[in-house]
Amino acid sequence: MLRLDPFKVERPTTVDEAVALLAAHGAKARVLAGGTDLLPNLKHGLHQPELVVSIGGVAGLRGVKDAGEVLEIGALTTLAELERHPLLAQFAPGLARAAAQVAGPQLRRMGTIGGNLCLDTRCLYYNQSAFWREALGYCLKKDGSVCHVVADGKKCVAAASNDTATMLMALGAEVELRARDGTRRVPLDAFYLPDGAKNTVVDEGELLVCVRVPKGSPARREGYAKLRHRNSIDFPLLSVAVALDVEGVAPGTVTGGLLVVSALQARPLRVSLDAVRGRALDDGAIEELGRLAHGRCHPMTNIADDPAWRRDMVPVLVRRAVADALHA
Amino acid sequence: MRSTMRAELRFTLNGAAVETMVRPQARLLDVLRDTLGATGTKEGCGEGECGACTVLVDGRAVASCLFPALEAEGKTVLTVEGLRNASGELSVVQRAFVDKGGTQCGFCTPGMVMATTALLQENPSPSDDEIRAGLVGNLCRCTGYVQIVDAVKQAAELAAKERP
Ligand SMILES: Cc1cc2nc3c(=O)[nH]c(=O)nc-3n(C[C@H](O)[C@H](O)[C@H](O)COP(=O)(O)OP(=O)(O)OC[C@H]3O[C@@H](n4cnc5c(N)ncnc54)[C@H](O)[C@@H]3O)c2cc1C
Ligand code: SF4
Ligand code: FES
Ligand code: FES
Repeated sequence: MLRLDPFKVERPTTVDEAVALLAAHGAKARVLAGGTDLLPNLKHGLHQPELVVSIGGVAGLRGVKDAGEVLEIGALTTLAELERHPLLAQFAPGLARAAAQVAGPQLRRMGTIGGNLCLDTRCLYYNQSAFWREALGYCLKKDGSVCHVVADGKKCVAAASNDTATMLMALGAEVELRARDGTRRVPLDAFYLPDGAKNTVVDEGELLVCVRVPKGSPARREGYAKLRHRNSIDFPLLSVAVALDVEGVAPGTVTGGLLVVSALQARPLRVSLDAVRGRALDDGAIEELGRLAHGRCHPMTNIADDPAWRRDMVPVLVRRAVADALHA
Repeated sequence: MRSTMRAELRFTLNGAAVETMVRPQARLLDVLRDTLGATGTKEGCGEGECGACTVLVDGRAVASCLFPALEAEGKTVLTVEGLRNASGELSVVQRAFVDKGGTQCGFCTPGMVMATTALLQENPSPSDDEIRAGLVGNLCRCTGYVQIVDAVKQAAELAAKERP
């Protein structure tokens, strides 16, 4: 049985205390929210923090607020809370449905939206015990010098595997990051970096405090589709989120929106809807979107399933995501 | 690396106040099984995949293998040992699992029973689909789940009859 190495734990009760601890300990500290990603990773020896800053008791980071143009979701709001939240049902139903597809019910009661957005990227050659990784000589992302996914690769391509990130990116959400010396807001589009070793802009000493989701117009339709073997527990093998602005009588005319595909590489991939803007959202338009996405998506062996099959599934998931948006 | 560091932890376990010293990195599951000897809760995968370690923390079913023990400070924890009533009778959920044969090797059973207990508290008369959705975080490699779903249905019926 894998055990956790020793670390110290601090349990701050305010954001100021939390960011002061993070600033004082720099790279030696790790934030713990629900722990459902961090604990398995610690067991696998993927991080070795001296200090774990547990933010579960920090006041003011939990809950969903209607802040006018946006919904403000506190970093500690659990995925289970999002699944059923009346404000999400009204203004961001796609996010509620994406949250409902994370892991299983126990983990959704523990896992937070902040932790989901900061989820470590995943790879077949990385999410393994230290013993397993040692046998293969480790890899670029941790303790080694080669990538087992891309021959001669110089950059880690481990996959963004967080369900809510795909949807929030399609919705044009932004996150608020707090450090000892100030606060900044970063659109999710700029939040994720194309480097699997560190795929967010969160700096040492920074805490994600909330997510701001534009409420959108009544024309906005939101859909999410996730590929996995079991309808529970499994991380996505592919995920597609769509925010569609559709006006007029069914099938309606596309006036805007965004498609996002993830579980490919370190950064979710944006696919513009320009090709169908101004067109009726009929089967032909949906097929065209699927073709466009297929052309842009190149699944890799970072996930333990046939990349060719996953690529073939891109148009299928696009269709499912659009159907979810139109019929949910 | 060995560490002699200990932190104080106080919580309520199955109705009784507990005060103990734990390693900061201990998980709730470690404290239950190794420190307090409450071995009814099982460790299957230790990685959040199987649900064998399910306990209720403040009434919510969580995976104790990924629950840092220190996060239980001041909270109320219910494990399978706490389900019997004051006169020692099994709870309706436990009785239904016995009656319907919702258990074979028994390793998943404490987790199934705890997840079911939480499910019926939230939804006293779940449909088959709601039962399955409520238990999708609990894996069983023996039963094939049919008897487990039957047991949950029977538990809901028994509970309805016994409610005053
Ligand atoms: C068996 C299993 C299946 C899973 N399936 C899925 C799945 O299908 N889809 C999915 O998306 N996820 C899945 N997960 C991962 C995880 O449960 C969720 O992503 C969850 O939302 C993580 O949130 P947390 O609060 O538990 O994060 P934690 O584990 O507490 O934190 C995750 C990371 O984010 C950092 N962090 C957390 N909060 C903050 C903050 N406020 N500011 C800065 N940094 C922060 C931590 O330091 C850590 O590096 C699964 C996990 C397991 C064990
Ligand atoms: S993509 Fe390459 S470097 Fe990154 S975790 Fe996988 S094997 Fe390691
Ligand atoms: S032992 Fe906790 S989920 Fe398997
Ligand atoms: S009875 Fe054996 S695992 Fe469920």
